[in-house]
Amino acid sequence: MTASVAIPTTTWYLILAAVLFGVGTVGVLVRRNPLIMLMCVELMLNAVNLTFVALARKLGDDIGGQTTVFFVLVVAAAEVVVGLGIIVAILRRKPNATADDLAELKG
Amino acid sequence: MQLFVFICAGAMILAGAIGVVTRSHPVHAALSLILTLFGVAVLYVAQEAQFLAAVQIIVYAGAIVVLFLFVIMLLGVDSIEDLRIEPFKLQRKFAAVVGGGVIGLVTIAAISSRDNIGLVKPTPSDAVGAVGTLDPHDSNIRRLARDLFSDHVLAFELTSVLLVIAVVGTVVLARRAPKSVSEETA
Repeated sequence: MTASVAIPTTTWYLILAAVLFGVGTVGVLVRRNPLIMLMCVELMLNAVNLTFVALARKLGDDIGGQTTVFFVLVVAAAEVVVGLGIIVAILRRKPNATADDLAELKG
Repeated sequence: MQLFVFICAGAMILAGAIGVVTRSHPVHAALSLILTLFGVAVLYVAQEAQFLAAVQIIVYAGAIVVLFLFVIMLLGVDSIEDLRIEPFKLQRKFAAVVGGGVIGLVTIAAISSRDNIGLVKPTPSDAVGAVGTLDPHDSNIRRLARDLFSDHVLAFELTSVLLVIAVVGTVVLARRAPKSVSEETA
């Protein structure tokens, strides 16, 4: 490989993960469909996982970052299952409800 | 070559993420999410995390997105959100400020600390578990398994408890209440 071709460094991966996290944040704040808000949370989780993997590689012989990503994947799966269960339970009672309509817990 | 892979995967990730946020149809948003997840899996492979790339495809694209699609089908696909309505004043601007702030601050932090990353190498006693040694030349999945089943075996067992609780809780949440119960509560 010639010297003129740049190799993506860890910083590039961190910046890409930051952009992905920011897009997910904007999605959670802007969208009102609870399903899509949950998808945007998944985007943010993926951004964090990407950061973990990039730093685990940078630190060389430390596999701990990848182990953490493994646990994050498990917790994300559980979170999606419970979140979708709640969404199904809510939308069965109120079809086409958006996040703005859900103020039932308000005292 | 690495640069090419990074650019292609990064373009996939960003296109998918923007699609999730901007597509008004939930099915299109879920398909955009798949694009993002595949891009992240490609970057995992590029960073020598092959096992996580496989798990990413199987768990995320294979299970979670399918679950999203099932719920969309269950609830009806006609719930298209009109994105031109802005429910609160200044909500979009506020979201843009927060998102831009997150991106800008983390980018600045990543660039300013780029010379320091990796200077603090873990000492061998940190990296090596109580059982066996971690040879850096072992394959990725072997090293991950050594770490997972030696240092983090308790957390690994606890995740099984977490998954059982999630499954049972979801069944309780999402099932229709039996008629006798619903009459009593009504």
